[in-house]
Amino acid sequence: MNDTVRITVDHRAISVDAGTSVAAALLGAGTTSFRTSVSGTMRGPLCGMGICHECRVTIDGVAHRRSCMIAVADGMQVVTDGAGHA
Amino acid sequence: MTQQTETFDIAVVGAGPAGMAAAAAAARAGRRVVVLDQGFGAGGQIWRHAPGTLPVADARPWMERLGSSTAVRRFHTSVVDLRCTDAGFVLDAEEGSSPYRVHAARVILATGARELLLPFPGWTLPGVMGVGGAQALLKMGTPMAGKRVIIAGSGPLLLPVAASLVKAGARLLLVAEQADFGVVARFGASLWRRPALLAKAAKYRAGFLGSRYATGTWVRSAEGTAQLQRVDITDGRRTETLECDLLCVGHGLVPSTELARVAGCAVAGGKVVVSESQETSVAGVYCAGEPTGIGGADLALIEGEIAGLWAAGRGADAGRLYAERAALRRAAVAMEQAFAPRAELRDVCTSDTTICRCEDVPRSAIDPSWSSRQAKLYTRAGMGPCQGRVCGAAFEFLFGWAPDTVRPPIEPVLLSTLVAAAPSEAAHP
Repeated sequence: MNDTVRITVDHRAISVDAGTSVAAALLGAGTTSFRTSVSGTMRGPLCGMGICHECRVTIDGVAHRRSCMIAVADGMQVVTDGAGHA
Repeated sequence: MTQQTETFDIAVVGAGPAGMAAAAAAARAGRRVVVLDQGFGAGGQIWRHAPGTLPVADARPWMERLGSSTAVRRFHTSVVDLRCTDAGFVLDAEEGSSPYRVHAARVILATGARELLLPFPGWTLPGVMGVGGAQALLKMGTPMAGKRVIIAGSGPLLLPVAASLVKAGARLLLVAEQADFGVVARFGASLWRRPALLAKAAKYRAGFLGSRYATGTWVRSAEGTAQLQRVDITDGRRTETLECDLLCVGHGLVPSTELARVAGCAVAGGKVVVSESQETSVAGVYCAGEPTGIGGADLALIEGEIAGLWAAGRGADAGRLYAERAALRRAAVAMEQAFAPRAELRDVCTSDTTICRCEDVPRSAIDPSWSSRQAKLYTRAGMGPCQGRVCGAAFEFLFGWAPDTVRPPIEPVLLSTLVAAAPSEAAHP
């Protein structure tokens, strides 16, 4: 099961193994800052299991998705707070 | 949005070891069973495996047992409310982005546990994770090769995570157990009755023999601009600074009791109170595994099977499991005492350390004489998306506060889910 899927992370195309979580795909692509906290500090994944909500990103236009709880899918567009919104 | 509604004899919430055993036992007894879980598949956190991969060997018989049963399995499904009505129990959930409701005559709560994450300066930096958090992210495909890693905190979980990070190619610099050497040694010696556990611990230690394992050692602070760069480690006398890319810190597990509490089940000392049959104070609602007290997968499997049998009306078959349950519960208490977080961990939380990560509330904004409710009202601490799941345990450790009451939905859902779950007159103003 090593099929790859293509997603975009902050408008940059990457290939990742199918079955990877969005959080894992982002970390693998070198993204460490996933969201900006209410006072403007950067945050990344903490609990890895859907508890802490620190890994929230925008997936296919829907904000506040927990990236550790969602698997990558072909054509998925992921936008973080880290790289700004192009 | 229209809501999908289904009716079952028994609804099991959580598909970790307890939920798997409960669902398989109840389905085998001829009941119509549904298992609801937030994750990608059965196995829970301990037996997590990426879709399309095999779980560890321990998990396979149980995966097979659940898979070959008639129990319906629904994943990516978060149960956000549980209430009792004249027509039985109603569970409101969000499946992916869609509302989903289950009616069930009986409910088994197997909602597992989460990590105890305690605040220290710099713990909000990207690159600081839970120990179980790092393990989960690794299993879901995060590359770790070449990363300089420190593992700190407490408890048996540190060892398997250390071994798996090394196997994944990480450069493990240090494993820092906060409990003192004597405590860890006494706990290890107490395992002579359970040689399988000792053998496992030895196997895990063999997996990171090239790395340092220190007891009586904990994290004082993490530093970095925009992301983690270095960590201060101390044994209370000397402090050492280590440069690293990833710091994993976890102090054991905390039972996840939100769904039990929203249903009105009695909770004492952070654990759901259950009878010999695993039934909670709410008749018809059973609870098994970590929410009744942290005890590990073996205990969760037994409690789950007992709950499944009783919920299915086959309680007479459960008696043979009671003696082993009692023995495993005694072992769990010994472990909890050995790895309890030391008092010095309160002191590392300085006045400008963030306690509530969702609302960015610093320690200095909090008055220890408050309650959880007052902290919420005065500072918003505990009111963010995690609903106090992270800071609540920290407040309990730091100030002895009991958690605030739980209201549905017990975690954030889409507005469309809320609308679908609302009574019809409210949905059509």
